[in-house]
Amino acid sequence: MVSSVTNLGRRGLYDWLVQRFSAVILASYCFCLLGSFVVHPDMDYLQWKALFDSNTMRIYSLITLLSLCAHAWVGMWIISTDYLTPMLLGNRATFVRLFCQVGSAILIAIYLIWGVQILWGN
Amino acid sequence: MLVSIYRYNPETDDKPVMQDIEVEIPQDQDLMVLDVLELVKEIDPTVSYRRSCREGVCGSDGMNINGTNGLACITPLSEVVKPGKKLILRPLPGLPVVRDLVIDMSLFYQQFEKIKPYLIDSNPAPAIERLQSPEDRKKLDGLYECILCACCSTNCPSYWWNPDKFIGPAGLLQAYRFLADSRDTAATERLANLNDPFSVFRCRGIMNCTAVCPKGLNPTRAIGHIRSMLIQKGS
Repeated sequence: MVSSVTNLGRRGLYDWLVQRFSAVILASYCFCLLGSFVVHPDMDYLQWKALFDSNTMRIYSLITLLSLCAHAWVGMWIISTDYLTPMLLGNRATFVRLFCQVGSAILIAIYLIWGVQILWGN
Repeated sequence: MLVSIYRYNPETDDKPVMQDIEVEIPQDQDLMVLDVLELVKEIDPTVSYRRSCREGVCGSDGMNINGTNGLACITPLSEVVKPGKKLILRPLPGLPVVRDLVIDMSLFYQQFEKIKPYLIDSNPAPAIERLQSPEDRKKLDGLYECILCACCSTNCPSYWWNPDKFIGPAGLLQAYRFLADSRDTAATERLANLNDPFSVFRCRGIMNCTAVCPKGLNPTRAIGHIRSMLIQKGS
């Protein structure tokens, strides 16, 4: 077994399931938004705002946002461990990989906090 | 016919080069790639490659033939080269080159060793033999035939990126061969050893392994079965 401390759930199965379930949630959210555009082709700002004023839509959006964050983290972690390896970067690999992983984590946290602020802000 | 061969001796050469050698191919015969290599060897005895059984059983002459991994001994020229075109031979990609077409397969065998490729049966040994029903034996078809030629693993990008962490299709096919064996009692331990982010889950299901397997096996399907077993155990 290969031990790893920077992936999301420590176990491979956990990350794999998170990636798949979050993808389903993201797809369903996209279809819902697209559906609302189709049903209301001339949607204006007030209707758009009313849609996001309902708690149901806010909670659904937050779940989607959390799914996006988890999906992005698993994806970025896989990319960094695939390509930022000693084979490509030599001795610098661990530093570069950790730098990219920390950078991704900070960016994802910023987007999450910002997203919550947008959803529940005025 | 022009044969272009990868030449590299890490002890003396700075970098690999492709050497073109003109070979006289007998008319009206569809030679195997290994036969062409034997003709090349007569012209230049320094060309190095592995070979043994010359009938697709030993798995020692795996190489990259015109961009596709395969066994030289069972790959007909007509299948890989159009008339008038060059035959291009390179070593299997992703593993260190020992010389020319000979690669160092230590990493490949280390990954194979990790999956404990032998029966583990905690039950007391019976008087004669461990019996298996024909139905249970049938479950091993398409798994036990692997000859460890490494054509699949060295055709897998996930294996190129992490050859020290990802078991690779060949090893995982064998892992499932023992997980599927009714006589094996170590399934829980075997699965626990595979449930990390690299060993199995680096497989992205692109099926490069299945496309090149000279024995027509399907490692991607076996990996899917391992994932299903992990989900059943872990959810």
